[in-house]
Amino acid sequence: MGDYPSRSVDTDAGGPGATDGRDWAAGSGVSPSSPGHPPLGGGGALPKKSRFSTESGFRALSTAAGAMVLVIIVAIAIFLVSKAMPALQENTENFLTYKRWFPNDANPNFGIAALAFGTVLSSVLALLMAVPVALGIALFLSHYAPKRLATPLGFTIDLLAAVPSVVFGLWGRDVLLSPVRDFSEWLNKYFGWIPLFGGNGPFGRSVLLGSLVLAIMVLPIITSLSREVFQQTPGMNEEAALALGATKWEMIRTAVLPYGRPGVIAAVMLGLGRALGETIALALTLSATFDISFNLIESGGNTIAANIANTFAEANDTGRGALIASGLVLFAITLVVNMAARVIIYRRREFRDNAA
Amino acid sequence: MAKRIEASNVSSYYGSFKAIDNVSMTVEPKTITALIGPSGCGKSTFLRSINRMHEVLPNARIEGRLTIDDQNIYDSDVDVTAVRRMIGMVFQRPNPFPTMSIFDNVVAGLRLNGVKRKSTLEESAEKSLRAANLWDEVKDRLGRPGAGLSGGQQQRLCIARTIAVEPQVVLMDEPCSALDPISTLAIEDLMFKLKDRFTIIIVTHNMQQAARVSDKTGFFSIDKTGDPGRLIEYDDTQKIFSNPSEKKTEDYITGRFG
Repeated sequence: MGDYPSRSVDTDAGGPGATDGRDWAAGSGVSPSSPGHPPLGGGGALPKKSRFSTESGFRALSTAAGAMVLVIIVAIAIFLVSKAMPALQENTENFLTYKRWFPNDANPNFGIAALAFGTVLSSVLALLMAVPVALGIALFLSHYAPKRLATPLGFTIDLLAAVPSVVFGLWGRDVLLSPVRDFSEWLNKYFGWIPLFGGNGPFGRSVLLGSLVLAIMVLPIITSLSREVFQQTPGMNEEAALALGATKWEMIRTAVLPYGRPGVIAAVMLGLGRALGETIALALTLSATFDISFNLIESGGNTIAANIANTFAEANDTGRGALIASGLVLFAITLVVNMAARVIIYRRREFRDNAA
Repeated sequence: MAKRIEASNVSSYYGSFKAIDNVSMTVEPKTITALIGPSGCGKSTFLRSINRMHEVLPNARIEGRLTIDDQNIYDSDVDVTAVRRMIGMVFQRPNPFPTMSIFDNVVAGLRLNGVKRKSTLEESAEKSLRAANLWDEVKDRLGRPGAGLSGGQQQRLCIARTIAVEPQVVLMDEPCSALDPISTLAIEDLMFKLKDRFTIIIVTHNMQQAARVSDKTGFFSIDKTGDPGRLIEYDDTQKIFSNPSEKKTEDYITGRFG
């Protein structure tokens, strides 16, 4: 493709012996190229740089792909804002602090407060349940389980991540509902004096149930990413800890956990992102109320995404605009969460970079 | 605070592969003993057997007796972590904990043993860093990452970390093989200094280093790949390098083989 000059150019430019492929190959015995082809290392004049190479083509392609990310983000933002603005202008209440959601009324009144609260509460609760279990499984797989057990078990965890959320939602509603209701009643009976577990019922389709389903959903992603980073702990650091007289658990605390910390944070944030945006599983398990309450066991709870799924079908123009505005808030929440995660990871960059 | 080590008929295995065969030697307190020999001859395996780091690898085990001041460290009721605290180890590649500062690295062993008082930790860190000839270079940046130091400094940091727990014996597995000559010299100077307090056993590929630093030298060799390594000769360093009793030793140190 023009990378090498033609034979005639070769002959013109070089000296005797170095230019004739046949003589060159026969004479030296070191050329890997067969007679008739210029040697790969260059045998004559240096070839010109070609103007349209695969190099610049690929460069353009990857630049375009990179720019695409920005275009998509900006397009989404523009779409959300332009659809949300008219509805927000018709709103008769403060969008950020009002708790009810009646955008389809002749007098539209709606606010994000209860929904945003429910979204964050259910996600945080889900993480509180999922993270300790996930880290336990990850450490077991990476450092305790015999290889024969760790490989199939890790594979099973990855399979769990592939279960669609609607299946989790149906399963949670049908299978988990009654044990959660029984457990809630028990909690209410003995720990009702704690506001979290108070109330007069009914119990069951509560934040507790929704978060439990969410926790099971985010468990596999946190587990498999954490296992990956734990396995990457340099063996020489583990040996250093052991040689100082550490037990296995102390070795994990000294060498493995600190090394894996940024990765674990990233994994938790990915899980949180999934939990915040989860729609159908929560639409199926929560009972769609519009209250700000820390009560975990009484039927109730709602999230931004679940509310969109539940009410989009019967929404009018203003209603749809209002739902899109709520989507914008969800977008902002995830953005803040992601940025917070970056800050945590970058704060100790100096240590992490040296670890690489 | 230095103890005698006695190995009698020690054989180490990786699964069914026998890495060293029937090694016996006695190491006196407060001496430096060098273990030399060609690659794969089992000298590192033997070294790792002395503080039971050998058994960290899957299916690794040993036969024979290894005593430190007459206590068999392989007795079934011996706490392996206590053995490793008593017999510290410095590795071939400097391996400071990458997530920890210089200070945290030095006191990592103390923290593992439950020392929490800040003043105790600070005192011990300074003492260990001074003993490792590193204090003057790092005293102004103890909070900086340990992995940000140069290779030679990192290795001295690892030595400081090892001696901070006040072991009886310090094992060094080719501690200078990843370092330049200047850093190597610094570590060798350090070994002379540490000899007053510790029993030191060092594995090295560098015969000049063995001749320079050690009181006694053990020469390991194998007949061919796949055979277990054996201790061919163990004697005063002076004797090994001037007038070895074994032909194989002589061939090796004069460069005719290995």
